[in-house]
Amino acid sequence: MCLGIPGQIVEITDVTKKLAMVDVSGVKRQVNIACIVNKEHSVASCVGDWVLVHVGFAMSRIDAEEAKKTLDLLIELGEAQAEIMAMQTSAMQ
Amino acid sequence: MKYVDEFRDPEKARMLVAEINTITEQLGITQQRPLQLMEFCGGHTHTIFRYGIEQMLPKAIELIHGPGCPVCVLPMGRVDDCVTLAERPNVIFTTFGDAMRVPGSKKSLLQAKADGADIRMVYSPLDALNLARKHQEKEVIFFALGFETTMPSTALTVLQAEQDNINNFSLFCNHITTVPTIKAILDSPDMKIDGFLAPGHVSMVVGARPFDFVAETYEKPIVVTGFEPLDILQSIWMLLKQLSEKRHDVENQYARIVPENGNEPAMDALTKVFELREFFEWRGLGSIDHSGVKMRDAYAAYDAEQKFTVPNLKIADPKSCQCGEVLKGVIRPWECKVFGTQCNPETPMGALMVSTEGACAAYYNFGNLNELLQKKEAVNA
Repeated sequence: MCLGIPGQIVEITDVTKKLAMVDVSGVKRQVNIACIVNKEHSVASCVGDWVLVHVGFAMSRIDAEEAKKTLDLLIELGEAQAEIMAMQTSAMQ
Repeated sequence: MKYVDEFRDPEKARMLVAEINTITEQLGITQQRPLQLMEFCGGHTHTIFRYGIEQMLPKAIELIHGPGCPVCVLPMGRVDDCVTLAERPNVIFTTFGDAMRVPGSKKSLLQAKADGADIRMVYSPLDALNLARKHQEKEVIFFALGFETTMPSTALTVLQAEQDNINNFSLFCNHITTVPTIKAILDSPDMKIDGFLAPGHVSMVVGARPFDFVAETYEKPIVVTGFEPLDILQSIWMLLKQLSEKRHDVENQYARIVPENGNEPAMDALTKVFELREFFEWRGLGSIDHSGVKMRDAYAAYDAEQKFTVPNLKIADPKSCQCGEVLKGVIRPWECKVFGTQCNPETPMGALMVSTEGACAAYYNFGNLNELLQKKEAVNA
């Protein structure tokens, strides 16, 4: 919940609601990007950006190399697997 | 130094440890009156144990594992409130997985689910909102917990619900705040913390400035810290450096993620939806002024506490639990009478044994359990 997980924005899915598809270690998940959109960064310009995702919200931009290092660490800590599992099994029905 | 080879940059880790040793000696700190540094955040506690950072440090430095694990500090009465809400007819109660096993006075959410309540684990509050969209005949309640790191996510979800006119969605708000809690720790007469590692992802939201009072009013050094083992070693070194130069400043070791002024859209959303409570009850620490938030009146329609009746009873922790003393650093986890015996990760009695971020679970999982149990017997003999 507190560590978050890095992912790359691959597609904007809803411009008004500021929703985007993020690829987290091969798993795709829709996230809200309201917190990383500002005057310098329009919604559309976010595609390709690496972000730190917390509970379905992109909270911070990170550089690609940093993202990889962080992901490796989270895998080592066992956190990444738990986070990705939670993303995949989240109750949506 | 058995774990140092696992570090991303072992050479840098060794250098930092050597520097930390040198400064500790220069400062004349001894094991009799150790230097007590607190890592506030449960994420830091987890990294510290996973990488055996305590064992690398001089014995004269003691790390005090703070109350920054939201699941751990949730009072039993609030868990009971969750169970009551979840057992209402026509309710789908949604929660992060971490909260499922926290013991209430009668049962945990996991037991309530086994007894037939419709409780679902979600990854994000957005998933709870989607459930509300799909099940308009049901009331969907999301158990909102966590510090400022997760507050923007629940606030933005409520704003989305409002925009989409979704009226069967509400939050059971149990968010807690960092700054008033650090202040309470500093004001506590039985605590003598010499410096703080400030939580990295809380700071990502609120920025580094809210911690100014620690340096200015309380004259203690504080360093905003990342979650890699090297981040933690570097921050401990930065704290020692401040102490040796007789400084007390707010420094930002985690600048790659933490902007000085925080995240503006996130702060806007959370201040729009939430306001400070007069006080909030913590497991182990008791009541702390302004340490929680509630939903503003404008969002009462999305507030489960106003929409439904919750018992809101104050339930005392089991007498044998010493979570409070552990949280304040008055005793070490293994000194608690029930540590590792009646209280263990399978059947936790105290909250600190529930989450992997809790100090007791960390000692249990990563410490040398037999050695700790022997030490515990010696202390309690």
